[in-house]
Amino acid sequence: MAQAEIYSAKGAAKGQRKRQRTLKLMRKNWILYLFLLPAIAYIGVFHYGPMYGIQLAFRDFAPSLGIWGSPFVGMKYFDMFFSSPRFSMLLSNTIILSVYNLLLSFPAPILLALILHYTPNLHLKKFAQTVTYAPHFISTVVLVGMLNIFLSPSSGFINSLIKALGMEPIYFFGEAGWFRHVYVLSDIWQNAGWGSIIYMAALTAVSPELHEAAIIDGATKLQRIYHIDVPTIMPTMVILLIMSLSNIMSIGFEKTYLMQTSLNLTTSEVISTYTYKVGLMQAEYSYSTAIGLFNNVINFTLLIVVNWAARRLSGSSLW
Amino acid sequence: MMMSKKAAPEKAPTKVNNCTQDKVFMVVLHIILAFILVMVIYPLLFVVFASVSDPQYVNSGALLLYPKGFNLLGYQQVFRDQRILIGYANTIYYTVFGTILAVAVNMMAGYSLSRDDLPGRGIIMALFVFTMYFGGGMIPFYLIVRNLHLTNTRAILVLLGGTSVYNMIIVRSFFVSTIPRELQEAAEIDGCGIARFFVSIVMPLSKAITAVIVLYCAVGQWNAYFNALIFISDRDKFPLQIFLREILLTAKTYESAEVLSTLSGDDLARMQRMSEVTKYGVIVVSTLPIIALYPFLQKYFVKGVMIGSLKG
Repeated sequence: MAQAEIYSAKGAAKGQRKRQRTLKLMRKNWILYLFLLPAIAYIGVFHYGPMYGIQLAFRDFAPSLGIWGSPFVGMKYFDMFFSSPRFSMLLSNTIILSVYNLLLSFPAPILLALILHYTPNLHLKKFAQTVTYAPHFISTVVLVGMLNIFLSPSSGFINSLIKALGMEPIYFFGEAGWFRHVYVLSDIWQNAGWGSIIYMAALTAVSPELHEAAIIDGATKLQRIYHIDVPTIMPTMVILLIMSLSNIMSIGFEKTYLMQTSLNLTTSEVISTYTYKVGLMQAEYSYSTAIGLFNNVINFTLLIVVNWAARRLSGSSLW
Repeated sequence: MMMSKKAAPEKAPTKVNNCTQDKVFMVVLHIILAFILVMVIYPLLFVVFASVSDPQYVNSGALLLYPKGFNLLGYQQVFRDQRILIGYANTIYYTVFGTILAVAVNMMAGYSLSRDDLPGRGIIMALFVFTMYFGGGMIPFYLIVRNLHLTNTRAILVLLGGTSVYNMIIVRSFFVSTIPRELQEAAEIDGCGIARFFVSIVMPLSKAITAVIVLYCAVGQWNAYFNALIFISDRDKFPLQIFLREILLTAKTYESAEVLSTLSGDDLARMQRMSEVTKYGVIVVSTLPIIALYPFLQKYFVKGVMIGSLKG
């Protein structure tokens, strides 16, 4: 909606301020810096602190020597990762899972928002909103736990349905081929409702005159959706698409890790889970940092590229 | 503020426009909506039904449309499990203190960043936002915490409890759009300092945003699992989610080998039979506080998304 407003409204750019006035303001408003202090400390320690630790990726970490003291080894760990037999598997697993997830999870909230928006009965609409938002509040552990019992080959109700249809029960968590489908479908189940909120808001911003004019011209609801609603929510869609595209490499560690079994690793091992295993379970700090850095750099580059492309193509972008 | 009273203009057109295509559209829409609602509600209801049903039906994988052979044995089992009690107590601790801390930090920072008479706020904001898109990664993060001697302490889970740039941006957007500059100037003329202005004028005006941030942080803390996974090794400090993982995902339905060895063969068989029902009970017990409260607080959650969307 009013993305730009906030930026321009209160005259954000006061770059030309005279130095004296700045100093005077700083002295007058010193307490505002005090207010910011905890946040600055937090961000400094827990966000910029780790960035300082990135140099580990180029050093052979020895706990006794500390980060600065460890010998510099250049690109050793990156070469090790790129030439590792796991590299192509990890990269393709990460990309396939994210892209597949994005393809289905991105449109789902938009469709849901349109359906809810066109639901004429207000009580039904309210009820549907409450219901579809609810799964968002279930923790990842519980969600994966639910998947585990629902999909169990012996006692899960999904498999008893499959058996009732005369087919063989499927061991969803034991077959690598099922991992992605289960991941993506459960993601939609959990997050489509929540994701629709933002589109619902965008849809209410559509001016009613447009719809009235279209109705007089004899447009059907589908035509109105296509020609009025979709173009109106397009900027929102673009922004959210940029955000999800730039996160492609950081596909959720938590859910993937929890869904892993020794039988589905060929599809479920992604870069973030591998970073965890190498780093914290095998204590290969430098190697793990290098893998993580590779991942973050790709992510950040994607963000910049996608944002640039979106600004050129559609005029909406994050900055 | 923006979401209230929508769809009002939508109603009139529905009556005017009556062509067949639209009728078909409405029918299809209701069918899809019904399908979606069943798909979302059924798994949730199933968990509740199964948790109070007789194990024999639950283990057979039957589709339950209501609790079959109602009993509360599963819950008895759940509340006898020390892990649930310890986890619950710890999670409440982390949630309460983590939320208090995070809300204070987020509100103060958000307020400061909303003031346009704060020199350097552009740079600070840029430095904050940058961390949303780039980070050092898991190991450097872990090493920082370890160097601060915060691993395996309760403090680290409280500290990491929800202070986030995203929350600060929500707060900031809220203040930018609700606290007019004139108010601040008037207060200044009357000799009211910034701290007092914040406490006695801004805070009372921002109950809604405070509620939003409290809820975001509290739900996040309640469901958090990653930080405890990497930082906490003492079982008596584990939050509920870590124990849940153990119970639901690693098939360690029983507390420990010692407990098992004290059981007779009959008891063991009974517990085995109960294990699925117990799992459902565990899910209900751990998730109920949030799911039960959420419908009453829905408007605040939704408000948070709306304010957050202002800045994209």
